[in-house]
Amino acid sequence: MTAISSGATTYIAQSVSLFDGFDGFVLPLVLKIAFVLQLFFVVPLVGGYLEHKAMGRMQHRRGPVEAGPFGVLQLVADGIKFIQKEDVIPRAADRWVFAAAPGVAMVPALLVFLVIPLGPGVFALDLELGLFYALAITSVSVLGVLMGGWASANKFSLIGGLRAGAQLIAYELPLILAAITVAVQAGTLSLVGIVEAQAGFMIPGTGINVWFVFPQIVGFGIFFISAMAELSRPPFDMPIGDSELVFGYMTEYTGIKYAMYMLTEYAGMITMSALMVVLYLGGWQLLPGVPMPGCEGAGGLFDCSPIGIALSVLVTLGKIMALVFVMVWARVAYPRLREDQLQRMSWLVLVPLSLLNLAVITVFKVVF
Amino acid sequence: MAVDPNVESSLSDDALELFVEGADWESVVDAVEDDTLTVNMGPQHPSTHGVLRLVLNLDGEVVTKLTPIIGYLHTGIEKNAEYRTWVQGTTFFTRMDYLAPLYNEAAYSLGVEQLLGIDIPKRAEVVRVILLEFNRIASHLVWLATGGMELGSTTMMTFGFREREHILDLFESQSGLRMNHAYIRPGGLAQDVTSDFVERCESLLELLPRKIADYEDLLLKNPIWNDRLRGVGIIDEQTCYEYGVTGPLLRAAGVPWDLRKAEPCLGYDEYDFEVPTETAADSFARFLVRIAEMRESMGIIRQALDRLPDGPVMVADKRIAWPSQQALGPDGIGNDPEYIRHIMGESMESLINHFKLVTQGFTVPAGQVYVPLESPRGELGYAITSTGTNKPYRVHVREPSFVNLQAADVMSRGHMVSDVVVVVASLDPVMGGVDR
Repeated sequence: MTAISSGATTYIAQSVSLFDGFDGFVLPLVLKIAFVLQLFFVVPLVGGYLEHKAMGRMQHRRGPVEAGPFGVLQLVADGIKFIQKEDVIPRAADRWVFAAAPGVAMVPALLVFLVIPLGPGVFALDLELGLFYALAITSVSVLGVLMGGWASANKFSLIGGLRAGAQLIAYELPLILAAITVAVQAGTLSLVGIVEAQAGFMIPGTGINVWFVFPQIVGFGIFFISAMAELSRPPFDMPIGDSELVFGYMTEYTGIKYAMYMLTEYAGMITMSALMVVLYLGGWQLLPGVPMPGCEGAGGLFDCSPIGIALSVLVTLGKIMALVFVMVWARVAYPRLREDQLQRMSWLVLVPLSLLNLAVITVFKVVF
Repeated sequence: MAVDPNVESSLSDDALELFVEGADWESVVDAVEDDTLTVNMGPQHPSTHGVLRLVLNLDGEVVTKLTPIIGYLHTGIEKNAEYRTWVQGTTFFTRMDYLAPLYNEAAYSLGVEQLLGIDIPKRAEVVRVILLEFNRIASHLVWLATGGMELGSTTMMTFGFREREHILDLFESQSGLRMNHAYIRPGGLAQDVTSDFVERCESLLELLPRKIADYEDLLLKNPIWNDRLRGVGIIDEQTCYEYGVTGPLLRAAGVPWDLRKAEPCLGYDEYDFEVPTETAADSFARFLVRIAEMRESMGIIRQALDRLPDGPVMVADKRIAWPSQQALGPDGIGNDPEYIRHIMGESMESLINHFKLVTQGFTVPAGQVYVPLESPRGELGYAITSTGTNKPYRVHVREPSFVNLQAADVMSRGHMVSDVVVVVASLDPVMGGVDR
């Protein structure tokens, strides 16, 4: 293991972003911003379309069919509609906080895309503390939710915001504990490094390469459930809880501000899925132990030809969409939990389980 | 009489508390200091079944008091019926509990028939039973669908409404309307069932058990569905009696009280069926009871189809029976040419009879009856008073939704806001019936 982790660190030092090939400061910066923005605006829309269609099919509906071929432009049409809507601010609302809240929620979701590696070199930034950064920045989003809940001057919004806050505190802990366990096993906090560590991870005593989901299936489950709870995705959508709280913290929001909240949710689905792909499902590796065509480097994942890069990106996106699909599936299959049941599940089940998981993996890591 | 402490407190509370006004946000925040919050839920709220308004007193998220405020769907149907003939009454009462329209028609018609002292033909009786039981299934499907949706299970919503649509198709094929049929009338039925009626019923009986098994697959062992429903909204037998709660709520508390067994009309005593009961008295027990009731209803329909006799569907008495069987024209409606020829060209007496019946209607002997019927929501009773004219003197309806809704307070206290949604859903109130 030491050999692998040291190998990983040496490789990370060399791992360069696609955009580093350009000279100067401004051009790479512009390219990076464009890259992150297109990720933020395009991929969540694809995820949203997938949700509409998959959910429709499971519920004997057809989903969107009118906007564009097979309704693919439905979310774009929704966005245009939201822009046209009147921007209503309640008279009693705290105007500035009310207006700033959707932005505070959305910007962190945008910033996470900085560190998410879609393929070899296909990332805006490879931070040494990439995992730490990603987890820290996603937590900022809830601030926007709390602000919106408070500033709306609406009891339903207030309760929704408070629920969101309580939910974040409860599920941040198992989420981070599960992620730490992966970092322990990989020996690095760099997301690229974690992908590389998985490519080199063998079942002890054999030469069979597996992803971290194999030793950490419990951690994966904890991360998945916590991620859905943190995103307020059904069945954990109590902060919105349309049958109880009308629409929770979003009740008073209209038009583009509402759309920003919605986009934050879809972007959150993508970032959380991407994190799961990186942490547990081998990043852009197609199958464990199979080098990517056109790639060399550690585990056949780096130093790729353009075709190899394109294939890697497709593999990552495919895995992300598969996870999004599972989230949609959970939404279709399950009703909503109650607030106290949600808290109980976190503190009495997930937190102890993730601590146990961390202990077992650490011992495992030391022994082998 | 033993009175539940909750009953007393809910009666003695200051009526002024019912008014929740818009307030300055600062004053709302100040009011939060004593840890209680008054929240207005409805009448425009996603989960209050139409236009029910609930005023919740909350301690944190725990409900300390729930006050249902009704009247937003008041239609004045009971009063209006006093100005309409006896036959026209059917078209009004079918619009009260719009999820169980046939029950309203049947209970009203049974009352009028009792006052008239007539027996309806056997065929009409059996067709009524078939359609009533299908209506029960359709109503329970809507309950399952909306209840599921309120708990966030949108799949149950689409599934429930999908199967209900098949049942409404059957109703439409027989009465011409999906809801508010005015198909069951004093004296029998508006018209005979179509030639493919039995076939349509058979295909539904083939389809529905599979679909109900699907719902059970989706929900019965679903951990979240179990967590949300079990132990929520408990109302025990004694409290049921005190509030007059009937229907699936009473049966879920372990009382096998079903008017089809207790006071059989429409020949229900000839059918072999069980009254499903549960003992947990919570929302999950009601879910089980309603699922079981759908199965029992299908058993009744099967037996009724086997014994469906030939014959008329309206009493022979020409002073009561609507004179004409409508023929089916290319546009779906039409007159009966043979009958028109008869009254216009052959018989002056028939024309007079037609004219009198259609414009003035028949008269009903003076008297008073109360007809209870086991609707999907409980005891649906029609208290009809006649003074011997062609219009009712008074029709009072004992609506199960209205009576059961009283229990929402005692069922919700001590639970969280989320559970109020479950409680109201498990009560299955239909505001058209509550407000009338």
